[in-house]
Amino acid sequence: MAKQVTLTIDGRQITAPEGMLIVDAAKMANIDIPVFCYHPKMEPVGMCRMCLVEVGRPMMDRTTGKPLLDDNGQPKIQFGPKLETACTNPISEGMVVLTSSEKARAGQHSTVEFLLTSHPLDCPVCDKGGECPLQNLTMGYGPGKSRFLYDEKMHLAKHYPLGDLIVLDQERCIQCARCIRFQDEIAGDPVLGFDERGRSTQIVSLSEPGFDSVFSGNTTDICPVGALTTRDFRFAARPWELENQPSICSQCPVGCNTTFNTRREAMSDGKIVLKRVMPRQNEEVNEIWLCDKGRFGYHYVESPERLNRPQVRKEGKLSRSTWEAAAQQAGEAFARAKSNLLVIGSGRLSNEDLFNLKTLAEQVGGKAVLYSEMGGGDLTTLVGVGSPAAEIHGSNLGRLGKGSTIVVVASDLYEEAPIWYLRIKQAAQRGANLIVANPRATKLDRYASVVVRYAYGDEIKTVQDLAHKGKAGEAFLQAENAVVFFGGDGLGLEASTAVANACARALTEAGHAGKPNSGLIGVWPRANDQGAWELGLRPADDLQAEFDKAEAVYIAGADPFGDGALTVKSGKRKPFLAVQELFDTETAQLADVVFPAQAYSEREGTYISGERRVQRFHQAIPALEGAKPDYAITSLVAQHMNILLEGTSASVVFEIMAADSPVFEGLSYERLAQVVPQWPIVGRADMYYGGTTYHNRSGMGIQLSSAAQRGDKIDLPKQPKPASLRPQENKLLAVPVTRLYDCGITLATSPLLKARIGEPSITLHPSAAAKLGVQAGQHVSLTLDGASEDVLVKVDDTIATGVVLVPRSMGLPIVSPTEATVKAPAPSPKSKTAAAR
Amino acid sequence: MAPILLRHNNIPDIAKLDVYQKNGGFEAFRKVVTQMKPAEVTDVVKASGLRGRGGAGFPTGMKWSFIDNKSWPHYVVANADESEPGTFKDREIMESNPFQFLEGVAIASYATGANAAYVYLRGEFHPIAETLNQKIREMEKAGFLGDKLFGSEYGLRIYTHLGAGAYICGEETAMLESIEGKRGMPRIRPPFPAVHGLYGKPTVVNNVETLTNLPMILANGADWYKTMGTPDSAGVKVFSLSGRVRKPGNYELPFGTTFRQLIYDHGAGVQEGRPVKAIMAAGASSSIILVNEKVLDTPMDYASVRALGADLGSASVIVIDDTVPLDWVINKTIHFFRHESCGKCTPCREGTYWMSTIIERIEHDHATQADVELLLNVAKQMQNKCLCPLGEFSTMAVVTGIEHFRPEFDAKVTEELPGAEREAAESKAVG
Amino acid sequence: MSLAEKYPEEVKDILSRYPAEFKRSAVMPLLYLAQRNDGYITKAAMQEIADMLEIGVTDVGALIGFYTLYHDKKEGKYRMQVCTDLPCALRGADEFMNALCSNLGIKVGETTADGLITLEAVTCLAACDKAPMFQIQKADGLEYHENMTVDRTMELVQALREAGQEVS
Ligand SMILES: Cc1cc2nc3c(=O)[nH]c(=O)nc-3n(C[C@H](O)[C@H](O)[C@H](O)COP(=O)(O)O)c2cc1C
Ligand code: SF4
Ligand code: FES
Repeated sequence: MAKQVTLTIDGRQITAPEGMLIVDAAKMANIDIPVFCYHPKMEPVGMCRMCLVEVGRPMMDRTTGKPLLDDNGQPKIQFGPKLETACTNPISEGMVVLTSSEKARAGQHSTVEFLLTSHPLDCPVCDKGGECPLQNLTMGYGPGKSRFLYDEKMHLAKHYPLGDLIVLDQERCIQCARCIRFQDEIAGDPVLGFDERGRSTQIVSLSEPGFDSVFSGNTTDICPVGALTTRDFRFAARPWELENQPSICSQCPVGCNTTFNTRREAMSDGKIVLKRVMPRQNEEVNEIWLCDKGRFGYHYVESPERLNRPQVRKEGKLSRSTWEAAAQQAGEAFARAKSNLLVIGSGRLSNEDLFNLKTLAEQVGGKAVLYSEMGGGDLTTLVGVGSPAAEIHGSNLGRLGKGSTIVVVASDLYEEAPIWYLRIKQAAQRGANLIVANPRATKLDRYASVVVRYAYGDEIKTVQDLAHKGKAGEAFLQAENAVVFFGGDGLGLEASTAVANACARALTEAGHAGKPNSGLIGVWPRANDQGAWELGLRPADDLQAEFDKAEAVYIAGADPFGDGALTVKSGKRKPFLAVQELFDTETAQLADVVFPAQAYSEREGTYISGERRVQRFHQAIPALEGAKPDYAITSLVAQHMNILLEGTSASVVFEIMAADSPVFEGLSYERLAQVVPQWPIVGRADMYYGGTTYHNRSGMGIQLSSAAQRGDKIDLPKQPKPASLRPQENKLLAVPVTRLYDCGITLATSPLLKARIGEPSITLHPSAAAKLGVQAGQHVSLTLDGASEDVLVKVDDTIATGVVLVPRSMGLPIVSPTEATVKAPAPSPKSKTAAAR
Repeated sequence: MAPILLRHNNIPDIAKLDVYQKNGGFEAFRKVVTQMKPAEVTDVVKASGLRGRGGAGFPTGMKWSFIDNKSWPHYVVANADESEPGTFKDREIMESNPFQFLEGVAIASYATGANAAYVYLRGEFHPIAETLNQKIREMEKAGFLGDKLFGSEYGLRIYTHLGAGAYICGEETAMLESIEGKRGMPRIRPPFPAVHGLYGKPTVVNNVETLTNLPMILANGADWYKTMGTPDSAGVKVFSLSGRVRKPGNYELPFGTTFRQLIYDHGAGVQEGRPVKAIMAAGASSSIILVNEKVLDTPMDYASVRALGADLGSASVIVIDDTVPLDWVINKTIHFFRHESCGKCTPCREGTYWMSTIIERIEHDHATQADVELLLNVAKQMQNKCLCPLGEFSTMAVVTGIEHFRPEFDAKVTEELPGAEREAAESKAVG
Repeated sequence: MSLAEKYPEEVKDILSRYPAEFKRSAVMPLLYLAQRNDGYITKAAMQEIADMLEIGVTDVGALIGFYTLYHDKKEGKYRMQVCTDLPCALRGADEFMNALCSNLGIKVGETTADGLITLEAVTCLAACDKAPMFQIQKADGLEYHENMTVDRTMELVQALREAGQEVS
């Protein structure tokens, strides 16, 4: 631990680590020094000059090196002639700081006055009004009456779009560079900069598309004035009219802590509606950040296309029904099917939902499976990351640095789990050894000390070698902490299961399993896949076969027919099918009974993140009329099977679940709601310090211990050796990849993200494209397993020549690597004439 | 006395390598590399009393001794940005006596352990950079630059780097940012360049004129150098004389030469024989000195000029006679600083702009006494709060100009605006 | 054609001046090269430089507005930049500038109808003893014209005009 020093701030004695900045030391002692450019997560720059304070240092006797004493025996303190910036000056022994002396106040005063000479006083119409540091500081420190002539103010663009998501008001910008520095230092996407200089300095983005970063929304939280706003929230509401409800982001396995802001709106017939998603501080998970998918991808809840009444199939057509009739029909069919009942649940559902589904299947001797194209979750339950004893909540990637090794295999974290990307990038910059092994280039490569590029099909051998050979092997074996992330980039279920196994073995053999902040993490496609694994749900080896032989099938939170994971073969008997869903998916359209489910923001529940942290989300808005929570629907169906399942309270389901399984032992909603003090301190009245991120009052979640950590004997399953498909000459191998913005149901309905999602596209190596006679930007016909789709071509010279990358969840039937053909469509006669002209 | 810096005045072809060598060129560099330890070179420079000619007057040898020897590599950067209004001496040195300057860079590099040095020239000096590149190639051919110089283990390369129009890049940390390929915005100090400089490595930044002194000091010794100038300000200085004098130009003179000698003996007096009203001794960054006979007889050395409430800075003496209105002078300086403020820190970015709006009003006869007061007040409010000296500089002429020439300002403005006009102006002020 | 293809030697020379791990330093000389090539700095050139130095295109563009000698718009073939700063103005630079304006028929900041001259007022050029003076910035560099008179300036303009016509 750093040496502690004692200093005096505003007469108060404070002891803090040497080298800490004055502003932070004051903050710890509840003394707020106003800041604009300083942000506790970024390097200080001292540009705004808001934090001016008087700093005195003890005078030293040059010969003895001891402090000079005054007549009273107190050290003599020498104050410099100038005010100093509290944000750039580190504390030292015996220092005396005055933050609100007349001189310091005058300094702070003048900075506010200078800022107001070019800042409009439009607080009443500003989005930041009510949560604006400048507004607050103007009240506290500003001059009463402006001495600046209004006519001489600069008039600048009020609606300058930096990209599709973020808008800049140039008049309001105070050039603190927080946004630029966030993008550069924290996000690693330096897509913002200053243009011009002096009073003409303005924020710009020249990237294509503008503000090309998946972290852009965070800049609006840390912008200390209303200069940066999201397209989403702009003019939508006044911050003080908003209610807030804690939640967990449901977009990916990171499990970022969020706050839903809601408001009762006349426009929506007096209903309470979601206004925005904000980060909620959890330094062990997402710090104070969110990615743009999490921030902007919530509009589906309000979609008019939501299912809002049960339906049953009559004379071949789905038509409205009552809950009672629908539940009865489904329950009777399931009861009849007994062991031939197949239940398919997905990681989109909460633990409570999955628990009820699984219990229902077990009670009749049926089978419950996890709908997932990625395997290995049983291994994360064995050797998942362990939590340090000191931290009651769990592992913390923020603690990884020098001495740690992080391995990322078969995953493009920037696209799949952006906040993990950000945290791993930071760990690498703190000195952690980062090893990235992937068949194609990913953004994380830039921060890696070792990049391994393997051929499709070589993934198992790659992991095995990695853990033993060369520089990577050494870093891995000798690491104090080793964390391995594995994903499904270019892999299907079988291969990803095998990769997970190889990773788990490597960790166990190196002795890393069970150590704090060491272990295995799955980069799952859905927020609660890990929860499903913890509950014992497993993907079916052959889902189609299971489906075909079942008598009744119950699908919740999944669209296997839309994804191409299941097909109805003509002439084949179709089992009875009940589906519970938010939307009228392809799967729902095939069902005999359809139940409308509630969105997670309309109810409570828990998810388990990829780091195996159990976290609670709360109801933020009243549920859509006619929809029920998934666990309640299952309970209703169960009633008609004479099975008793809790259906009224999620917390009770959780209690039953916790009692049922040793993994959850001792957990309850109350325990999940515990919080500890966090650093930096955010979300208090002085929002200029941390930004508008929410202070966490509702719980930081609790990590499950892994079997290895509990000291259980670890029996890893045998290393599978899948017969992986490999690229072959003159043939194209289609491999699935995940993109952040896809057509998953939670995004497809967001107008804001439309441009970012784009149309379905495939990616080829330029030489492969040339060989096929197609060009980037052209439309081609892609055939996978007999089905053809019209797609756009992109090229990327970092990928292998024999593959075609096919994005998941874009309406293209890709589940695992498969052979593909790509054909340029015959030019239509119309375009021919255009060319001739 | 023969010139030490502007030696082309005596030896017209000194810009030619053979001529420079015939006149002792590169002997000092050879001597230090083959016979002296780096620290010994620093000691000689310390003993010579040489102070930086870039403006701050910081003792050169002492600056070198701060270089952090725990962190490597080291760099030397020659400050050839020369953008202070009224300063044009470095340009003449580089154009006419380039080898002596480059030899100075080489000596400084050896003393500080740098194997690479950059000469940062303002973008407008593009032709000079081309010539320097030429001269550097000649030196490489002649064995004065490259690896293993004079049979030693020491090697050095010098590169030129062109700015592109930004006065702030003369400030040393902004200059380092600029060489690193960024916007030239100053860094907070500490850490100082001697610890954390170019590419985060220990770096010495010295002015062209400072460096050009080195070959002669190392050739002739510290004591020789101290025979010139004053105890506080040793040696000679190139004074850039401009403004309303008959013969503006660069004059190399010992420190301690009086203003009167410079203006009247060398500059041939003021145009049309008018009296000197004011002097700015350090370009636009200067305090404005109200001139009287006593001031004219003040010796130009750091201490004496400071005693006048001003600074000698880079010794760019701008002469203002009694035909020139002071508000016009201040408007010019404010305009300069508003244009050159980098925009990084609030007081300078906003303050220079604010001051410019007020002075415009004053100059266009739309102002009251309150505006003069406000201008003074805004300037003072900026003082001691800016991130770098540029912002501070921008207030010097304003504060001293108004303080010394108050009656002139009072005569320029109305006591109060006529009723209707005042109401209009006030209603526009934001409440 | 890209800069790297058109000026391979120069690009190599520029990059050789800086440590390989800090090649971002080469951005300013490369921007000059781009300006020489196109007369101003195009978005394509910014992108090429960004890719070459492995930095964001925004970081390249951010320099253009900061440094006054870089231009991202096409203007007159010659930028006549008259120093009107304090020392020059004390020697008649403002009057000189006014006379130039009326002779050229344009205001400060404007370009002559034939696209030959853009007239600009600039801050000190380190030629204070040789006022009135200006520099002419053209695509491939700049040159000083010192101790100028209006007549001599107009002769120069005429010469530039004729030279341009000969070429085209
Ligand atoms: C705004 C500003 C502009 C400056 N311009 C120059 C300049 O053009 N040339 C110069 O040598 N020093 C200039 N300096 C001083 C340098 O920062 C630095 O102190 C100097 O180069 C050190 O060299 P010296 O010790 O040899 O004087 C400037 C300083 C400031 C604050
Ligand atoms: S004082 Fe002026 S030039 Fe210096 S950092 Fe501040 S804005 Fe930039
Ligand atoms: S200067 Fe300290 S907060 Fe901006």
